Amino acid sequence: MIDYIIRRLIFAVPVLLGVSLITFILLNVVPGDPAVEMLGKHADPDAVQKIRNQLGLNDPLYVQFGRFLWNACRGDLGRSFKTGQPVTKMILDTFPTTVKLALSSAFVAVAVGLTVGVISAVKQYSFFDHASMIVALAGISAPIFWVAVVAQLIFGLHLKWLPISGYSTPKHMILPAIVLGIRFAASIARYTRSTFLDVIRQDYIRTARAKGLAERAVIFVHALKNALIPVVTVIGMQISGLLTGSFLTETIFAIPGLGRLSIWALSNRDFPLVQGIVLFTAVIFVIGNLIVDISYAFLDPRVRLH
Amino acid sequence: MEEKSLLEVKDLTVKFFTDDGVVTAVDRVSFDIKRGETLGMVGESGCGKSVTSLAIMRLLPSPPARITSGKILFEGEDLLQKSEAEMRRIRGNRISMIFQEPMTSLNPVFTVGRQISEAIMLHQKLSGKEAVERAVEMLRLVGIPNPEKRYHEYPHQMSGGMRQRVMIAMALSCNPKLLIADEPTTALDVTIQAQILDLMNRLKDRVGMSVLLITHDLGVVAETARRVVVMYAGQVVEEASCEDLFENPLHPYTAGLLKSIPRLEGEKGRLNVIEGSVPNPLNLPPGCRFNPRCPEAADICRKKSPALLEMGNGRRVRCFSRGSPPEEV
Ligand SMILES: Nc1ncnc2c1ncn2[C@@H]1O[C@H](COP(=O)(O)OP(=O)(O)O)[C@@H](O)[C@H]1O
Ligand code: SF4
Ligand SMILES: [Mg+2]
Repeated sequence: MIDYIIRRLIFAVPVLLGVSLITFILLNVVPGDPAVEMLGKHADPDAVQKIRNQLGLNDPLYVQFGRFLWNACRGDLGRSFKTGQPVTKMILDTFPTTVKLALSSAFVAVAVGLTVGVISAVKQYSFFDHASMIVALAGISAPIFWVAVVAQLIFGLHLKWLPISGYSTPKHMILPAIVLGIRFAASIARYTRSTFLDVIRQDYIRTARAKGLAERAVIFVHALKNALIPVVTVIGMQISGLLTGSFLTETIFAIPGLGRLSIWALSNRDFPLVQGIVLFTAVIFVIGNLIVDISYAFLDPRVRLH
Repeated sequence: MEEKSLLEVKDLTVKFFTDDGVVTAVDRVSFDIKRGETLGMVGESGCGKSVTSLAIMRLLPSPPARITSGKILFEGEDLLQKSEAEMRRIRGNRISMIFQEPMTSLNPVFTVGRQISEAIMLHQKLSGKEAVERAVEMLRLVGIPNPEKRYHEYPHQMSGGMRQRVMIAMALSCNPKLLIADEPTTALDVTIQAQILDLMNRLKDRVGMSVLLITHDLGVVAETARRVVVMYAGQVVEEASCEDLFENPLHPYTAGLLKSIPRLEGEKGRLNVIEGSVPNPLNLPPGCRFNPRCPEAADICRKKSPALLEMGNGRRVRCFSRGSPPEEV
């Protein structure tokens, strides 16, 4: 197991390198000079050159990239052009908020999605089944920003139940977490339903009933563990959606997380900050996928990790 | 003196209410199983054998299945009148079942040991540790080498024959009075088949249970059963002791089945198989259900259905050429 994790992390190195390189190239081909950006359009060319020298922007590109990698290995992602703060610190300051948002909505989404999916499957063709699957389809099709705005209008402006922006109390998290989790919950519910319908037709479920087990045990022990295996795959595939979704959600609800920081960095051409956030996000992806694969092996004894 | 029956199935009818129409999968089937005896039930695929066995266990999927008539008396009590909770105390405890597909009948995500001890804990009220011991003992009893270790293995780590032994261990772990074995060896290759049948025979006497052995292979019945019920298109068409059936099959269908048993030595040429196939239950032929395939079919066979004729000595047959009267409609 430990072997497997180490090997996976080693394999992640080329991926992270590639991601860094692509970001680096992209940042260097987009028009605009960060030094000009910092000093203003009508700045003195000498001053601009001075700043470029200070920032190392006049070094050959491979030197710049090498320096970035070398520093990144030591946890130093450079300093923000705009604020002068270390990028690592800016990321670590905002990341917990994003994690809190993403995890709370993922947690609710998995709980709701699994429950709805199982009930729909067990009561196939019932009113509950039809209604929840229609809602789930709507949840998957609706764009996040639309859901967010509608939720803000209804629960914030109209009913005045919940705050619609900012981040000072846990109450502020409720609406963004729900908005972010809806699509996730909907796809888990649909997937759980279909795998569950498949699982409860299997021979081993008949064996479990023939043993004299109560229907409860048949469903929640024998069927659920099997149905969870493909559902974990969906959860894995949705990790990226959850992250990009939380970037959008943070922006809409004015939550000071990593997502809002990245959009701020992009619009200010803060190259080190953008570069740092991309690399950091890539690491999170790698770790997230690793966790999904490991939980796979825990659920399904036929999966061997090598 | 008549021995007392452990199981009496009387006039059992099972219908499937499907989108294409109502299928009568089992049509007024009656038979009984004495204590300690093995009853063979044979017939080609689709004759209603599995549906009959699942009806006894009350495990038919409903909808679409519905038991529309009959009684299933087990130790004198009608299983069809039992509540679901009462049935759960019987299943896996007093009546156990093993299935045709050892490869898919065990849950892939739990160890085989756990799947056995689960039944033991459920019915025998043993502690976890005692249940594990009993499960290991059962694995040993069914001839699985190194049972303490294999207890912790998952089904995919075992061969088909081993898995069927696990199924038998599970089924017998609570000392059932009746074991229903639905084509227990069909999916296994010939040498393993013989081993599993042998194992079931030995354990039957040891546990002192009765067995309903379902198969489409009369060869399997010959080695294990004392009496045989032959099913065709949802009906019993013949019942006889094993010797009588093999010496003197009365029903043309039974005769056809006997001719199609593969013999090991000296057999040249093709097997004799009965021509045609089991009729679609949605579209049964008029008259005797076997008439399109029967070499002895006469005019009356295409017009009227033969009733099941009692011939004494537990022998029954459903055929006009053997003296069955037409069935009253
Ligand atoms: N789930 C089902 N839905 C509809 N019809 C069924 C179903 N299961 C069985 N049947 C019907 O019952 C008949 C008997 O099936 P079965 O008892 O499985 O035959 P076998 O003798 O091979 O075990 C089949 O021909 C089929 O028409
Ligand atoms: S009743 Fe007629 S058709 Fe049916 S088995 Fe007997 S002889 Fe054949
Ligand atoms: Mg069958």
